[in-house]
Amino acid sequence: MASSFSRVLSSKRNLGILSVVGGSVTAGFLLHREHLSAGPSVRRLYPASAEYPDLRKHNNCMASNLTPTIYSKLCAKVTPNGYTLDMAIQTGVDNPGHPFIKTVGMVAGDEESYEVFADLLDPIIKERHNGYDPTTMKHPTDLDASKIHSGQFDAKYVLSSRVRTGRSIRGLSLPPACTRAERREVERVVVDALAGLKDDLNGKYYSLTQMTDEEQQQLIDDHFLFDKPVSPLLTCAGMARDWPDARGIWHNNEKTFLIWINEEDHTRVISMEKGGNMKRVFERFCKGLKEVERLIQEKGWEFMWNERLGYILTCPSNLGTGLRAGVHVKLPRLSKDPRFNKILDNLRLQKRGTGGVDTAAVGGTFDISNLDRLGQSEVQLVQTVVDGVNYLIECEKKLEKGQDIKVPPPLKQFK
Amino acid sequence: IPMAKNCHNDYKMKFSLDEEFPDLSLHNNHMAKVLTKEIYGKLRAKSTPSGFTVDDVIQTGVDNPGHPFIMTVGCVAGDEESYEAFKDLLDPIISDRHGGYKPTDKHKTDLNFENLKGGDDLDPNYVLSSRVRTGRSIKGFTLPPHNSRGERRAIQDLSIEALASLDGEFKGKYYPLDGMTDAEQEQLIADHFLFDKPVSPLLTCAGMARDWPDARGIWHNENKTFLVWVNEEDHLRVISMQKGGNMKEVFRRFCVGLQKIEEIFKKHNHGFMWNEHLGYILTCPSNLGTGLRGGVHVKLPKLSTHAKFEEILTRLRLQKRGTGGVDTASVGGVFDISNADRLGSSEVDQVQLVVDGVKLMVEMEKKLEKGESIDGMIPAQK
Repeated sequence: MASSFSRVLSSKRNLGILSVVGGSVTAGFLLHREHLSAGPSVRRLYPASAEYPDLRKHNNCMASNLTPTIYSKLCAKVTPNGYTLDMAIQTGVDNPGHPFIKTVGMVAGDEESYEVFADLLDPIIKERHNGYDPTTMKHPTDLDASKIHSGQFDAKYVLSSRVRTGRSIRGLSLPPACTRAERREVERVVVDALAGLKDDLNGKYYSLTQMTDEEQQQLIDDHFLFDKPVSPLLTCAGMARDWPDARGIWHNNEKTFLIWINEEDHTRVISMEKGGNMKRVFERFCKGLKEVERLIQEKGWEFMWNERLGYILTCPSNLGTGLRAGVHVKLPRLSKDPRFNKILDNLRLQKRGTGGVDTAAVGGTFDISNLDRLGQSEVQLVQTVVDGVNYLIECEKKLEKGQDIKVPPPLKQFK
Repeated sequence: IPMAKNCHNDYKMKFSLDEEFPDLSLHNNHMAKVLTKEIYGKLRAKSTPSGFTVDDVIQTGVDNPGHPFIMTVGCVAGDEESYEAFKDLLDPIISDRHGGYKPTDKHKTDLNFENLKGGDDLDPNYVLSSRVRTGRSIKGFTLPPHNSRGERRAIQDLSIEALASLDGEFKGKYYPLDGMTDAEQEQLIADHFLFDKPVSPLLTCAGMARDWPDARGIWHNENKTFLVWVNEEDHLRVISMQKGGNMKEVFRRFCVGLQKIEEIFKKHNHGFMWNEHLGYILTCPSNLGTGLRGGVHVKLPKLSTHAKFEEILTRLRLQKRGTGGVDTASVGGVFDISNADRLGSSEVDQVQLVVDGVKLMVEMEKKLEKGESIDGMIPAQK
C-alpha cells in the first residue's frame, strides 16, 4: 500500500545514505531531518531567565541536571518535527517527585530529541544509568538466546517469568509528540507486520476502539488489557492524547507473546509464561522480535537504534535494551531479612510489588527484575537475572533450613 | 505581534486531512457536533500569532467524549485571536451553546449595580448564601491553555500590583499558592477560598494545570467578601460572596470592585479582553459575554422533587448544580441555583433573573410546605 510517509531502506548502520520512497514532500521532509542544528527557533517573548522553571521543590533527574545555563542554551531549539525543550521537560516540571522512585522527569518527542537536547539528556542518562556515558561509550545489542544457561527456575518458588522491551518505528514521532496520523501509521505498520507471524507466534490484533465486550472481558481476565494512563507522569507528557485512537493489543494464540501498540511507546513487546522457564521465555522474545523486525524491514521500515544509545524509546530510562526481565517469586523469609535490599543491590536487581512499578509486595511474593537497561546487552541482563534469582532461591532454601546466608559481592557495572 | 513559527503544525501539514481528522464517533460535546472534515480542513493550516492551532483548540474535546451531568463545550481558546482565527468552528459552537447567538449579534455590558431591582430581601431561612463570579482576561497575554511560565508570572506580577492598590472595603492580601504558610493554607481551606490543582480532565487535557503551582494565587479582602483567583482556568476569576440572601449587596460589591480593578489594569496598558460581539473574552467559550455566574445556595427540598422543577428552572433561565459546584450533585435538598445565560444579555439582566427567579421559587417552596399547589405560579418562559 502506498503511504505518504518516508521509508528508510538503509541498514541501521548507514544512516547517512537514505533512499526515499514516496513523493517530493517526503523527500523534503527527509532532507530536513539531516539538518538538526539548523532547525528554526521558536519565537520567545520572554528571556530564558523568565521562563526557567521553579524546581526548588523538585527531586527528579531532570531537576537535578537542568541548570539555567543549559536551559538558556536549549530553550529556543526545536527538532525537525517541532518538539521543544519545554515540551520535553513538562512532565518533570508538573511532577516534582515520586514516593518510591526517583523519576526521570523528561521524555523524548522523537528520535532527534536525543541529539538536539543532548546537553540535558546526556547527563540525565549518565545519572539514571549508573554512570553510562553516552558521549564516550557504546551499547552492545545481543538477542542470541542460546547463550543463556541455567535459565529454568525452581517452580516451587518462581510463579511466572516475563521479559519485556519496547521498540520505536524510525521516521515517526514518539507518543508525547505524535500526531493522530503518525499514531495511526504506527498501528498500521506494526499490525501489518504482526499479521505475518506464523506457528507458535501466530496471533490476532484487538484494537481498543473496536474490540467487542467479550474480547475486552477476556483480555482483562488474561491480565493483558492496558487502559488509558492515569499516572500524571504519563498524562503530563501528552501520552494519553486522543485515547483510544490507534491503540491496541496483539497477542499470539498461546497467549505467551504480547504486543501493546501506542501506549507509552510505539510498541511494548512482552514474552511471558507461568512457571520458571525464563530461558524459553527469552527464546520466544528474541525470535519474535527478530521476526517482527524482518517483517517491517520488508516494507521499508526499521526500528530506532544507534550504537550510542541502543534502542530509542520515549523515556530515557528505557534506552539501551529497554529490557526488563523478571519473575514473580516467593521469598517470604528472605524478604524479611535485613540484608535483602543489599543482596538485591549487589546482584543488580530491583524489587517491585506484583502490581508493577508503583505497587507494594503482597504476601512475600515479589517482582524481581534487572536494574540496568543501558550499557549491557539483552543476553547479559537476562543472565544477570537468571543468576540472581537462582541465588535468591538458594538463600530462601537456606533460611528454610535454618542456615545462614551470605551477601554476594557486588557485580561489576559494565561488562 | 510577529507571527510565531509553529514548527510542529508545519510538520503536521505533511499528513493528510483524513489521517489527522479525529475520531469523534463516540463523542457528545459541542465541538464534536460542529466539527466536520470541511471545517477542520479549512482551519488546520492556521495558527494564531502566538502559535495556537485548531488541534490545540479541540484537544480537550477529543480527549473527553462526554460528561454525565453536562453537555461540555469541548474546546478552548488559547488567546484573544483564537476567536477570530477559528471562527468557522467557534461561531457555530457559540451559537449552539448560547441560544442561537449569531456572528452579527452585539453583546450588552452593564455593570451598573443601581440598575438591579430588589435583591436585598431573599429569605435567609432558605437562601443560605449568595455569590457572583466572573472571569477577566488581561489583554496582551495568551490564555491558560497556552501561556508560558514567563507570561503566567508576568500576569501574576501585574495582578499583585493592581490588587495591592485597592483600599477601603477592598483592602486585602495576596497568597501565592507556592509560598503560603501552613497556617495560611488551613485558614483559606476553612474559608472555602483555596482552589487546588485542577483534577478535571476537561481542564488538564487543555493544558491549564501545567507548571502548577507556579504563579498561581488567591487574593481576598479583609472582610472575606471579595476574592480573586489568579491563573486558574482564566487569568482572573473575580468572586463576590456572603452568607444569606442579600444579592443586591453582593452585586454592588462585585460591580464596584471589578471596575476599580479594571481601571488599574488599564493604567498599566493591560486592560481586559473585550469586544462588542463577544463581550468579555475568556478561555472557555461557555463563559463569553458576561462570564457571570450569579447564584445562591438555597433549600428547596420539596420543590426540587416536584415534577415541574426542571421546567420551572428552564422557564426562569436558571440552572441547578450541587453545592460542590459544576461537577457535583446536590446534598440534602440544598441546590446551587444560578443564571444559565452568559452571552447576549447583560450582567444586570442575568442577576435580575436570579433574584426574581429565586424569590419565586422560595415562595413556591413555602406553598408546598403548606401542602398547597403551585400550579398557578408556574411562570411563562422568560
